[in-house]
Amino acid sequence: MENPILKTESLTFSYPAEEGSKLVLEGVDLEIQAGSFVAILGHNGSGKSTLAKHMNAILLPSGGKVYVAGMDTTDEEKLLAIRRTVGMVFQNPDNQIVANVVEEDCAFGPENLGVPSDEIRKLVDDSLRVVGMYDYRRHAPHLLSGGQKQRIAIAGVLAMKPRCVVLDEPTAMLDPIGRREVLETVKALNESQGVTVVLITHHMDEAAQAGRLIVMSEGKVISDGPPRQVFQQVELLRSVGLAVPETVELLYELNQEGFSLPLDALSDEACAQTLYQLLSKD
Amino acid sequence: MTSPIIQTEKLCHTYSAGTPFEHRALIDVDFRAYPGELLGIIGHTGSGKSTLIQHLNGLLKPTSGRVLVEDRDIWESKAATRQARFRVGLVFQYPEYQLFEETVYKDISFGPRNMGLDEKEIDRRVRQAAAFVGLPDKVLDQSPFELSGGQKRRVAIAGVIAMEPAVLILDEPTAGLDPIGVAQIMDNIRDYHAAKNAAIIVISHSMEEMARRVDRLVVVNDGRIPLDGSPREVFAHRAELEAMGLGVPRMTRVFQRLKALGADVDSSVYTVEQAKEAFLSAFRRKGAM
Amino acid sequence: MALKDITLGQYFPGDTLLHRLDPRTKILLAVFYIVALFMARNALGYALLALSLIVAILISRVGFQAVFRGMKPVFFIVVFTAVLNLVYTPGAGEPLVAFWIVRIYWEGVRTAFFMVLRIMLLITCTFLLTYTTSPILLTDALETLLGPLKRLRIPVHELAMMMSIALRFIPTLIEETDKIMSAQKARGADFESGNLLQRAKALIPLLVPLFISAFRRADELAVAMECRCYHGGEGRTRMRQLRYVGRDYAALVLGLGLCIAVWALNRLGVF
Repeated sequence: MENPILKTESLTFSYPAEEGSKLVLEGVDLEIQAGSFVAILGHNGSGKSTLAKHMNAILLPSGGKVYVAGMDTTDEEKLLAIRRTVGMVFQNPDNQIVANVVEEDCAFGPENLGVPSDEIRKLVDDSLRVVGMYDYRRHAPHLLSGGQKQRIAIAGVLAMKPRCVVLDEPTAMLDPIGRREVLETVKALNESQGVTVVLITHHMDEAAQAGRLIVMSEGKVISDGPPRQVFQQVELLRSVGLAVPETVELLYELNQEGFSLPLDALSDEACAQTLYQLLSKD
Repeated sequence: MTSPIIQTEKLCHTYSAGTPFEHRALIDVDFRAYPGELLGIIGHTGSGKSTLIQHLNGLLKPTSGRVLVEDRDIWESKAATRQARFRVGLVFQYPEYQLFEETVYKDISFGPRNMGLDEKEIDRRVRQAAAFVGLPDKVLDQSPFELSGGQKRRVAIAGVIAMEPAVLILDEPTAGLDPIGVAQIMDNIRDYHAAKNAAIIVISHSMEEMARRVDRLVVVNDGRIPLDGSPREVFAHRAELEAMGLGVPRMTRVFQRLKALGADVDSSVYTVEQAKEAFLSAFRRKGAM
Repeated sequence: MALKDITLGQYFPGDTLLHRLDPRTKILLAVFYIVALFMARNALGYALLALSLIVAILISRVGFQAVFRGMKPVFFIVVFTAVLNLVYTPGAGEPLVAFWIVRIYWEGVRTAFFMVLRIMLLITCTFLLTYTTSPILLTDALETLLGPLKRLRIPVHELAMMMSIALRFIPTLIEETDKIMSAQKARGADFESGNLLQRAKALIPLLVPLFISAFRRADELAVAMECRCYHGGEGRTRMRQLRYVGRDYAALVLGLGLCIAVWALNRLGVF
């Protein structure tokens, strides 16, 4: 098995001719290991969505290379193989659901791949169970909530048995309940199904749940590491228009008052414990 | 207190009445907003909050009950309804999807033109509204469709601000924006608020966002208003809020936990600023002992 | 505006014999029925056809009310046809009614009556097809039935895909229309007053955003479909296989029987 599943080598990209062909990606070198859960954080226009679109050959590099499980994305022969290895979920749940019955939509991918009928049935049922939408298999998607629609979109991708799923701001249009549903589904995907997950987001709290966090700005990777570590760079993140989780922000603000607290509290509990130790120390 | 600029009396709204799909979206709602106040409305999807705001400018007609804008029933005459549309500006979610004109200028002028104002007044309002949302003059002659997502949204908000409403209602004005975009839009709204002393009503899912910006919070749940008060008062009802699928800001959660651990801190904080102060004062108290 | 009340491709879910028939069988039955309808020359033939449709409605349990409701929009056409036939059919004998330039003959009454009956039966038959078959099954069935046309380079798969995507997006676009309309009303747009020209002009603030949004959706959907390995109909399989079973063959034989019966009844020449 080839590790890493995704690899970019000095990847550059610019949209042809438009806007003076400004570079959207300026030399990105990344390796994403199979089975990991990676979040990519960045403000709008940082290049994070453009990077995501390179991960299954929706966009092709202007310079450099992208490899999916060892396959060069510019190799047209491999296009279908690449797309079934890396599935994509987009921001607007409405615009990626093809059929007007949930299970029909879920079957769309495997049908395109020419999977025999009875196997499709099993793939569809399994995927809908993983995202917890099996009971809705005969429903019309337009009557479901945003979070449910997004879970169906995930099931539709899952039915192709991809090794990696890239989600491009899947929660941007959802309410908090929908956001939680989707995030939990994504985590389950990674933990119980062993699928590699790349989550593109600008929500700090979602990014904090990943095992590895990559921060992008102006087409470059400016920070890369475990979330606890990345979020400690409060000034750097603020300078590129991002915030840090409020728990870290509080500890940071206290340090400005002369304390020297570790900035790694990502959970409420960790933050409360850090503060409690200070208050209970004699 | 002064009299409310907008209020509802026993407002009820039932969708698809008399069919199997009958749904009571609002039940006896008494809602008030006062001139110059910054008000937040929270509630999960389907709680009735969208139905409520669409009554405030007469887009929906009450099944029963009344809506008063500046002490006048907006359904008493056709003219009153139309007047309410202009006195109460409503910015929908993702307002950039309503842009349609060839230029930004023309799009912003759509509202004022519908009000029947003269060219000179329209021009003044368009330019002022554009300034409020930080759009430079050169953008006015551009097509709105060439702009970035954040700019498009500001054009759409300017289109409502240009009607100079006494009440400005914004449904999820920052949805889908990154932290910079959020801060810009919220500043724009605050500028309008400060300059015109208009009542601002913001609907948002983000408790943290709300907590920082509003004077008063109204919670809508199952077509009623179970909680109404200052953020501090409302966030004191954590269990109820959580039962409604809402929650309290992160800092409130952290400090309630801190208090439960045995620390002597004020657990009613809801912003980082307040949390910092609460911690520092607790720390000083300890030092003084 | 009652945009939400529009229901396209109306389908009444159910589990009756008619619902369970293979959609292809139902389309073929409808075709047989229409052929028989145009073959019918006398009252006996029409009576048989009307009776068989009534039986079918009873089996389907959609109710006569739903059928009549569907008839409403075409009521005007039916009346119009009836009047035309009534007035313009020349007759051999004495006119039944004669005033001014209008002459109504016995033949006119007869033609008008059968014409109305024929239109009504035709419409009812197609309604029954859509009432008992889900749109997606209907599309599937059309794709398979028209499959042989692929040899003539007619893009059958693509047409069927377009149809099912249209069905999927109609509710979404209706909802969107509602939203944009509210947003423009909030800016003082008036969609309800003025003369025809003013009203048409008032639609611009609605139609422009709607089209832009539809194109954006189409764009995103196309990318999403490609990501799910869509590459046309070639090598594509289907989760749900359409299969003829006993009842389908029986139904088809019945349909064919109906055609033959009508043809035979024509020879009896009653009326």
